[in-house]
Amino acid sequence: MRRSRLLYVPFWVSYVFLYTPIVVLVAMSFNAGESPYVHEGFSLDWYGVLAQNERIREGLVNTLIVAVGSTALATVLGTLLAVGLVRHTRSRTLDAVGMLPAILPDLVLGIGLLVFYATIRSTLGLHSVLLAHTVFGTAFVTAVVRTRLTHADTSLEEASRDLGATPLTTFARVTLPQLAPGIVAGALLAFTLSIDEFVIAFFTSAPTTPTLPIVIYSMVRFGVTPEINALATLLLLVSFTVVIVAQRMTRLTESLS
Amino acid sequence: MTRSTVSGASVRSRARRSRALGRLVFLGPGLTYLIVLMLIPLVLLIGFTLFRRGRFGGVVYEVTGENFTRLLDPLYLEVLVGSVKLAGLATLITLLIGYPTAYLIARLPGKWKTIALVAIVLPFWTNFLIRIYAWIVLLSGPGLVNSALLDMGLIDKPLELLYNQGTIVVGLVYSYLPLMVLPLYAAIERLDPQLREASANLGASPARTFASVTLPLTLPGVLTGCLFVFVPSFGNFIIPELLGGGRSIMVGNLIRDQFLKARDWPFGSTLVLALLAVLVVLLLLQAWSARRA
Repeated sequence: MRRSRLLYVPFWVSYVFLYTPIVVLVAMSFNAGESPYVHEGFSLDWYGVLAQNERIREGLVNTLIVAVGSTALATVLGTLLAVGLVRHTRSRTLDAVGMLPAILPDLVLGIGLLVFYATIRSTLGLHSVLLAHTVFGTAFVTAVVRTRLTHADTSLEEASRDLGATPLTTFARVTLPQLAPGIVAGALLAFTLSIDEFVIAFFTSAPTTPTLPIVIYSMVRFGVTPEINALATLLLLVSFTVVIVAQRMTRLTESLS
Repeated sequence: MTRSTVSGASVRSRARRSRALGRLVFLGPGLTYLIVLMLIPLVLLIGFTLFRRGRFGGVVYEVTGENFTRLLDPLYLEVLVGSVKLAGLATLITLLIGYPTAYLIARLPGKWKTIALVAIVLPFWTNFLIRIYAWIVLLSGPGLVNSALLDMGLIDKPLELLYNQGTIVVGLVYSYLPLMVLPLYAAIERLDPQLREASANLGASPARTFASVTLPLTLPGVLTGCLFVFVPSFGNFIIPELLGGGRSIMVGNLIRDQFLKARDWPFGSTLVLALLAVLVVLLLLQAWSARRA
């Protein structure tokens, strides 16, 4: 008993450590004063200042364009690739190629793409970020759909083939519906990762088309203001809601199946 | 008889053709995409290590080994070794906090287990830069930590908590702690509690049981967690820049500067290759120990 009570020390240290900065950020965002450090009474002023910030709004729009576009592309490419890797080949090399973008450090992928775009003399902008985000998005969709596919019941596909359906019909009417939850989960993952992605976007975007993380980066480098605290609080609220809703949904689907 | 063999052969050849078509349709688009936008860029980077930098940036295609000899310059070697040390220290600290945390989460009753796990992952799903920014707010001169210490009378003037190597380690531990706890939790959760009971019944002390039953059986999880923390720490350039004071202290900053400031692509690529080499060695070590376990 004494031993396990001693274990509770690092346990609580972990949670206090993880949440203290977040609580401080949120508290300071409702600050009436100018200082991001000293609380001088409650106000929503900084949220008003934030709403006026043109750069943030622009960054948010850019981020959404990149996230929606790359998720759509990655979902199609990743789903097809997962089916191909599980059902149409046994090559472990191809497997590794499909997994590589998820393992590769973002710095390496970002710089590789920077060099690649420069070599083929492509311009940089939202399109280059979108194509870059599709690379890791595809890997994550592939990974999630693959897991679902290896647990899927192959006898249904065999039955469909035996009954004379073409491979295309089998894929569209039998395989795809079975994979749907995996595809949705993979797409959500790709979308969330794209929204938050900084390093690859940093190397592949143009100065005129910053995504939201890049705008935040330049704000943080420029200095600490309560405006960033307000933005941080809103982003925290969105992420927390998404995570909790996702958690509820998976539990719901688990209890249904 | 003959008719049926002919049609059998044609069915078989049609099956073969449809299999080839299936491969093309399913594997073609994704693999083409990854080859063009991932493998070719990687090959370009690796190729550049052999060439010389142009006078105004760019690459002069003359084969040379000078990038690799430059890598052995104490100046750069120090940064590489320093990055390994900082990332290693961050990994060790996350392991020391993360293991007991994961252990206790695995012992919690059902509902609390989920809540505790979600609470560990939740900060990880918030913007990475915001999480780093929070530490600037906390640790800066007039920040909360200093004012709390001043109020308690523990210090007379604000400490310089920001912009040193310790701050970098704090930032790394904070950012990647969830990546340590999750694989550890998975490994500990899988552990059969009867094994520990058996060990205790046979007279082993709790410490002995931990050292010869729990730890060896969860070692693959430990290694996965360490890898998950070390890899993003080692190549990081944002945390050293924002919390470490903007000098080229870690290999990530050095690489970024070679490409964006010095415009020395060949040497920058050589540093990327060095970074990848360290990671490949670690991956192989992990795969080897996972196979042994």
